[in-house]
Amino acid sequence: MTNYFNEMYDGGQVRAPYAQLDEWMRNMPAELQQMKQAEAEALFRRIGITFAVYGEGGDPDRLIPFDMFPRVFSAFEWAKLERGVKQRARALNAFLADVYGRGEIVRAGRIPANLVYQNAAYEKSVVGFLPPKGVYSHIVGVDLVRTGPEDFFVLEDNCRTPSGVSYMLENREIMMRMFPALFRENRIEPVDVYPDLLRRTLASVAPSKCKGEPVIVILTPGHFNSAYYEHSFLADLMGVELVEGQDLFVEGEFVYMRTTEGPRRVDVIYRRIDDDFIDPLCFRPDSMLGVPGLMDVYRSGGVSICSAPGAGVADDKAVYTFVPEMIRFYLGEEPILNNVPTWQCAKADDCKYVLDNLKELVVKEVHGSGGYGMLVGPKSTKAEIEDFAKRIKAKPHNYIAQPTLALSTTPTFVDQGIAPRHVDLRPYCLVGERAELVPGGLTRVALTEGSLVVNSSQGGGVKDTWVLAG
Amino acid sequence: MLLTVDHVTLYRYSQPVRGVVQSHRLTPSKFDGQRVLNWEVIVSDGIRGGSFVDGAGDHIQAWTVQGPVSEITVTVRGKVETTDLVGVLRGHKEKVPPQCYLGATAATTADMALAELADSVDADDNGLALAHGLSALVSDTITYRTGTTHAMTTAAEALAQGKGVCQDQTHALLVLARRNNIPARYVSGYLHSTQDGAAHEAAHAWAELWLEGLGWVGFDPANRCSPDERYIRLGSGLDAMDAAPIKGTARGQGAESLDVKLEVQQSEQ
Repeated sequence: MTNYFNEMYDGGQVRAPYAQLDEWMRNMPAELQQMKQAEAEALFRRIGITFAVYGEGGDPDRLIPFDMFPRVFSAFEWAKLERGVKQRARALNAFLADVYGRGEIVRAGRIPANLVYQNAAYEKSVVGFLPPKGVYSHIVGVDLVRTGPEDFFVLEDNCRTPSGVSYMLENREIMMRMFPALFRENRIEPVDVYPDLLRRTLASVAPSKCKGEPVIVILTPGHFNSAYYEHSFLADLMGVELVEGQDLFVEGEFVYMRTTEGPRRVDVIYRRIDDDFIDPLCFRPDSMLGVPGLMDVYRSGGVSICSAPGAGVADDKAVYTFVPEMIRFYLGEEPILNNVPTWQCAKADDCKYVLDNLKELVVKEVHGSGGYGMLVGPKSTKAEIEDFAKRIKAKPHNYIAQPTLALSTTPTFVDQGIAPRHVDLRPYCLVGERAELVPGGLTRVALTEGSLVVNSSQGGGVKDTWVLAG
Repeated sequence: MLLTVDHVTLYRYSQPVRGVVQSHRLTPSKFDGQRVLNWEVIVSDGIRGGSFVDGAGDHIQAWTVQGPVSEITVTVRGKVETTDLVGVLRGHKEKVPPQCYLGATAATTADMALAELADSVDADDNGLALAHGLSALVSDTITYRTGTTHAMTTAAEALAQGKGVCQDQTHALLVLARRNNIPARYVSGYLHSTQDGAAHEAAHAWAELWLEGLGWVGFDPANRCSPDERYIRLGSGLDAMDAAPIKGTARGQGAESLDVKLEVQQSEQ
């Protein structure tokens, strides 16, 4: 029986950051809890925050379940996380500037050339082009899990367009509306500065040809996209336009957006569409989502694109293994946050180990996301494991494996009252002139008893994440 | 050799379009084998967009045309002094690592027949001999014949029918080289046809293979040779689409038709 770290209770003792919540919880009658839970759901419905889930059918406007029991970090715990996440974000950006520049890390033999240059996410078309301030990934979402008081592991990095930050903001908003007293009794660091910080981050990477206050837009694939709500939410909070590809056009050296008052030049595009679809002239010619000619404007300094095209090569699951190496190579520091030990099925020895130990391991697709196409060994049947072994043997380079981590738990409201459920954390690091981290993030919780899969697509929920002021 | 180029492309739209965006790779590469004496590209009613040299060393120039417009002309005129470097791309500045040219695209994906062909060569040969062998293999298995393929024909389809043009032969050579772990890329350019009639197509394409110790070396399976002083190199890419001298798109419903006039002449002075 694995011993899971409970973030609230240390043996019989309540851990310090949760002291106030212990009282709050004890004083909450069961009826009030049910009433509040219903109120929370009604609020989310009214706001309209829903998350379409791919491949599951059913209600596309399904709510992600919201759990009212906050997850809490002390100022001290957060300080370490903050340093660790910023360190990672800086190293990932240094790596991108390097592999699209001189490729020193490859020349030094610290990462295999084929892993970088033959990577599907490596964009040959931006080699030699340095984006403003040398930043490629402006929003780095780092997925973390905790296994002990001092023990955090990074599961993966998201350098392209990490989603979910709207939940961080909404969860806080809802909690403050429902339990104002909690926010008087606890000194909780605010997260509502995020939109302003994001806007300033984007403004700080305006292109060389931009004079004066940069015009920023969010480029969305449209309302069919599962994260469309978040795109419009962020545009609203930042006070910038939300546009689709057809709202933008290239003329001469610049990109313009159509407005009722005529064309308006755009300087910074926070795009929430993939590289492949961004410019039919440069990438997929069949793309209807992008802006023809955009990449030429970008590469000649007429517009900034965030994240920079090509940034995806840094968050590839096979490249992930080398992030600690990047931190040492570029920053000359030791990693503050640990990687999860990872086996590459592309390597024969690793693959054999993985196949021999499938029952104990978590296996993921190299390019997968959202918790699809993965195997959680200890939670799978013999037939599922055998089936997965066949898939690995057929395409070993498509898979990596990691040990099943003993994810920490936090108290969570369930039908029977309050019970521990496993959680992870995604903080959002903003990188422009400087790297900044809003004190908070998205905590996802596996609502099913014993489950270690927190993905919303697999029935996970979300929680408000508190960082206590020091 | 002094070569003059006179290249006019006329785009006609069945209905006026609201605007046109183009990205040009129409300027001769800078390397020891060619020197531009004069060169100009004009787009009728065009607005010059951004221009830059990309990581592969290609000079890119963007253009836009404001609509409504039902016809545009792209005119390329210039004079280039060329030298025969037996195919070696000497003195060409570029930053893209050769390994980037090992990956397959839709047009250059190996099917069973291409894979067998690629594996039929003696891989023990040194790089240069192997490259010559692969190029000859393509010339032997895909006969040069116009009108048998189209712009979207894949290497596999061309091999299956045993016929094709320079684009198809080049695609096939890229597949064979990459299967043998030789980085290979598509090159677009111009070719001066000599009196003996041996050379094909003034708007030409050939392959470059990365050979240890030599760097990028050109191979032209259509003419069973390496590029010499009759060739003008414009740019490169993973396949024909990636290396296209003109990429463009029009906003609007009008169907597009194309008319190309091209002359590459030897000049006396």
